[in-house]
Amino acid sequence: MSTYFDAAAAAPLHPVARQALIAALDDGWLDPGKLYSQARRARQLLDAARGSMAESLGVRDDELHFCANGTEAAALAVRGGLAGRRRFGVTFVHSAVEHSAVLQAAAGESVPVDRLGRVDLDAFSTAVKAPGVALAALMSANHEVGTVQPVDEAAALCADAGVPLYVDAAQSAGWGQLPSGWSLLSASAHKWGGPPGVGVLVVRKGTRWLDPRPTAQPPNLPAVVAAAASLRAVQNTATAAAARLAPLVERVRTTVAATVPDVEVVGDPVNRLPHLVTFSCLYVDGEALLHALDRQGFAVSSGSSCTASTLRPSHVLEAMGVLSHGNVRISLHRETTSEEVDRFLAVLPGVVAELRAQAGVSGL
Amino acid sequence: MSDPEILDCRGLRCPLPVIELARRLPELPVGAVLRVLADDPAAAVDIPAWCRMRGQEYVGANGSGYDVRRLI
Repeated sequence: MSTYFDAAAAAPLHPVARQALIAALDDGWLDPGKLYSQARRARQLLDAARGSMAESLGVRDDELHFCANGTEAAALAVRGGLAGRRRFGVTFVHSAVEHSAVLQAAAGESVPVDRLGRVDLDAFSTAVKAPGVALAALMSANHEVGTVQPVDEAAALCADAGVPLYVDAAQSAGWGQLPSGWSLLSASAHKWGGPPGVGVLVVRKGTRWLDPRPTAQPPNLPAVVAAAASLRAVQNTATAAAARLAPLVERVRTTVAATVPDVEVVGDPVNRLPHLVTFSCLYVDGEALLHALDRQGFAVSSGSSCTASTLRPSHVLEAMGVLSHGNVRISLHRETTSEEVDRFLAVLPGVVAELRAQAGVSGL
Repeated sequence: MSDPEILDCRGLRCPLPVIELARRLPELPVGAVLRVLADDPAAAVDIPAWCRMRGQEYVGANGSGYDVRRLI
């Protein structure tokens, strides 16, 4: 029996995305940029997809840019946002727990978070008010620990300071209402059940943004069509999905804390994503834990250093000051059942106990 | 104050430095400071986190060492 608990990395393809993708492969393989009449159908598909996605995100059609993936969308937001404001300054202010795609897009000034992973708004305010700030970034919710950030408050602080705010909404798009007050926003279709290979960048009207690309690449039309159709579908059921999954996440948080000794359940207990939960097990090797769970049929993720190619612990766990070894992130999706969660909770204490016994650290 | 006890965990990958710390600290008297030498980057996060979870005092980083005082 195999259970997929890594939807925050890539959600299973939504049935609507599969249908739309197949239909668009038949209908949308032409280059929509060509002028002959056969290309008209492809242009119509692209326009319809753009309109649908803009409506789902609550933005205007001409504010949407499609790109290769979420990483590219984040890089375009940061680099284009900085380039557009070069006249005003060069400083990039961001929270310490932004996705690595954002941190790697440009060097910046990091604003600390508390133990729950929530950004320090006083420090954020001071940072954006300093002279020479070109752009600020605050993610909608953290991809590793699920903490929802106070984006509306941050947006108000940015507005007071006259600094545009970029919001990485990769983990929130498709899960309901997006925050407001931002200038730039990015998302990734395969996090909401769309196909891989579609990044979405929104640049609000009036935002100073310079496209850093020499030329914008033509969109992958069938994938864009599938991304738009699946976003609409998941938005329609977002409230019900969140209402079903949030109690499962809460069950994991309370049960793990009660049944696994020496465990630290991390992230904000209240203001959090409905589908993602993270904990760290003292004295346990994260990689060994990941493989042991894999043998039991569970696909999970880890922020422990031994599972990273860099051999560094997750910068998110580091910024929060929480235990980084023995770390497990599980992220649920629309097909996750209560039984799967219960089976995980039944298996986990034994798996952790066995790893501790093997390492000779039981009762330490 | 006398020099702290040294626990050399250089070359050990996490969670091993934390495990060695958990083994050694109870052997010292209450109030004593143990300096854990560790070069795994995760130690900088995990040693203070262990102190918090175990009610011990994380004194701070000192060169390549992390000082921990036994409180209980």
